[in-house]
Amino acid sequence: MKQVIKGNYAVSYGVKLSRVKVVSAYPITPQTTIVEELSEMCASGDLDARFIKVESEHSAMAAVVGASTAGVRSFTATSSQGLLLMHEVLHWAAGARLPIVLANVNRAVGPGWNIWADQTDSMSQRDTGWIQIYCESNQEVLDSVIMAFRLAEKAMLPVMLTYDAFFLSHTSEIVDVPEIEQVDAFLPSYQPEFKLDIDNPRMFGGLIGPEYYYEERYVMHKDALEAQAHYQQVCKEFNEIFGREYDVCEEYRTDDAEVIVVTAGTITSVTRIAVDKLREQGKKVGLMKMRMFRPVPVERWRKVLGNITKVVVIDRNLTAGLGGVLGSEVQATLYPMENRPVVYPVVAGLGGRDVAPDDVIGIINYVLSNDKPTDVPLFWGLKQ
Amino acid sequence: MQKTIDIPRELMTEKELLQPGLLSCQGCGASLAMKLAMKGLGERTVVVIPACCWSIIIGVYPYSTLQVPVIHVPFETAAVSASGIRAAFDARGEKDVVVMAWAGDGGTFDIGIQSLSGAAERNDDILYVCYDNEAYMNTGIQRSSATPVGAWTTTTPEGSIKEEPKKDIEEIMLAHHIPYMATASVAYPDDMYMKFKKVRYITGTKFIHLLSPCPPGWRIDPSKSVQITRMATQAKVFPIYEVRRWGFSKERGCLEENWKYTINVYPDRELSTKEYMQTQGRFQQITEEMVHDVQKRVDRKWDELVRKADGSGTRSQDPGGDSSL
Repeated sequence: MKQVIKGNYAVSYGVKLSRVKVVSAYPITPQTTIVEELSEMCASGDLDARFIKVESEHSAMAAVVGASTAGVRSFTATSSQGLLLMHEVLHWAAGARLPIVLANVNRAVGPGWNIWADQTDSMSQRDTGWIQIYCESNQEVLDSVIMAFRLAEKAMLPVMLTYDAFFLSHTSEIVDVPEIEQVDAFLPSYQPEFKLDIDNPRMFGGLIGPEYYYEERYVMHKDALEAQAHYQQVCKEFNEIFGREYDVCEEYRTDDAEVIVVTAGTITSVTRIAVDKLREQGKKVGLMKMRMFRPVPVERWRKVLGNITKVVVIDRNLTAGLGGVLGSEVQATLYPMENRPVVYPVVAGLGGRDVAPDDVIGIINYVLSNDKPTDVPLFWGLKQ
Repeated sequence: MQKTIDIPRELMTEKELLQPGLLSCQGCGASLAMKLAMKGLGERTVVVIPACCWSIIIGVYPYSTLQVPVIHVPFETAAVSASGIRAAFDARGEKDVVVMAWAGDGGTFDIGIQSLSGAAERNDDILYVCYDNEAYMNTGIQRSSATPVGAWTTTTPEGSIKEEPKKDIEEIMLAHHIPYMATASVAYPDDMYMKFKKVRYITGTKFIHLLSPCPPGWRIDPSKSVQITRMATQAKVFPIYEVRRWGFSKERGCLEENWKYTINVYPDRELSTKEYMQTQGRFQQITEEMVHDVQKRVDRKWDELVRKADGSGTRSQDPGGDSSL
């Protein structure tokens, strides 16, 4: 059924449709309305789940680690500082191979206090072992929650899906909310191979020496790599049931492109407009929207970006002393290729600074008129 | 002459859930405590262990000495991890399973107090046990906020003596209005066993504070660890008591709030704080003035306790005596 809902409600609906059993979360702007909506759903019985109203995000993640180890589908949501506070337990959740799903509203990190869109929070969690999916629209947010559980329970790795503060979290869009029967057919109940079980007692997460730890992490890495293929399969089956197509990344007008812009999150929508306008002027420009950030879909990125002249990566995040995270990862991925393109890393829109179609057009025109990047990265729209 | 105790027969016949192979030090109170606790709790128990001595004691992968499900969790998350597991077991329809967090004093008094406070305020149906050996013993004896005044640790070395009194964790927990709080120690196994047996039937957050002797950290002979722990209670440094929130009202025919303090063990001989401290190498640098202050604090706390217990009309010497829960 089509409804007009905000991004945060899209998450709540996704959680409800996924028949989550334990939710634990702590309020933080702009994620708070997810917590409110889920509280109401649990209170009214709309969602048959236990909601643990914890005293911090660190505890929120620890609670779902406990619940998930006990073998039930578990969910949490957060943003910015909250995600950073979870950091220790994020590593734990992945290392414990728990299929937890987390929705993160991408928001800037303090100081100073800034509640607007910025992806530094989730990008800086890239080494925790979590699968990460970036969303562009509220429909994609809802669908991604449901697909995230399928992926997590197949790969036995936690999945974080992210979307931009306010641009999606508090913006209403038309969303086709799936029927529960369809979701049930797509996402069966969670049947873990191992869990805390009185009849079959096991120990989880104990002391492990150098003779085992290394291999355990290697297996985790291999499984993370395989998650890419799993996700493609999940997307395929999702499309068969719901008629909406998703992939590890999405290409837009890339067929004969000489320049491809790489984006994540809502800057993608703006870039689509910019690409269309430049195409009208005869400029061969395309777009690659990054959805899956971990594992890095290496071969796919190489296939899309490998044989063109110029690649622009727009990062709404910053690792100070280097630049944008995605930019450096795209460069690293393309480096071994013989005919690798020139990569133009760009940082834009930090802390919710607006990035309009004209900004992206400006960035692309800069790329078209320079054989090599003049600044690495280029900080677009910086006030002098 | 030491008084002999009647050990409940069940203590000898209950199934042994702790198997040989523990990696603990000689005379470790925490190991014996787990054995007793598990006898009281029985098989339908999940154990949650944050970073503490027991992370090691239990055994190295792929072995475990505990014959119930166990989960190891980050240092500061014992209570809330138990809350998450509780929620999941409730969702699974296994409400009778006891979820026990088993943490040291560092994980309870210091780094874990936030999540413990959260779980207690929500009154999550978990059992939280702090085995308190009065310092970070697993990492090699560093001061915690449970370390008593004057105790030597590697971070309170000579010249930097600990002057701050130990946190009153029992009153902190009671300030959360939890349904049950008790102290116990391996020196009174019968009392401890009864308390762990009882908590299975109390809904909400239960907190048990165990004084847990640590021979390397306390600088004592391992063969004396139980004896010295007993002296802590005899000297009133560590009273053995329990507090429950709810009582049955005959008038109203239901449970109602009715705080009740019960002292389970009254000291059977006169012993000063100084005599207790003199048994342990860790108190070598304590000053006479400090001992005097500690004694005053011990006396005041004991008097308060007796007043509260007598006020509720109970003077029980029966270990684990309050059965009106």
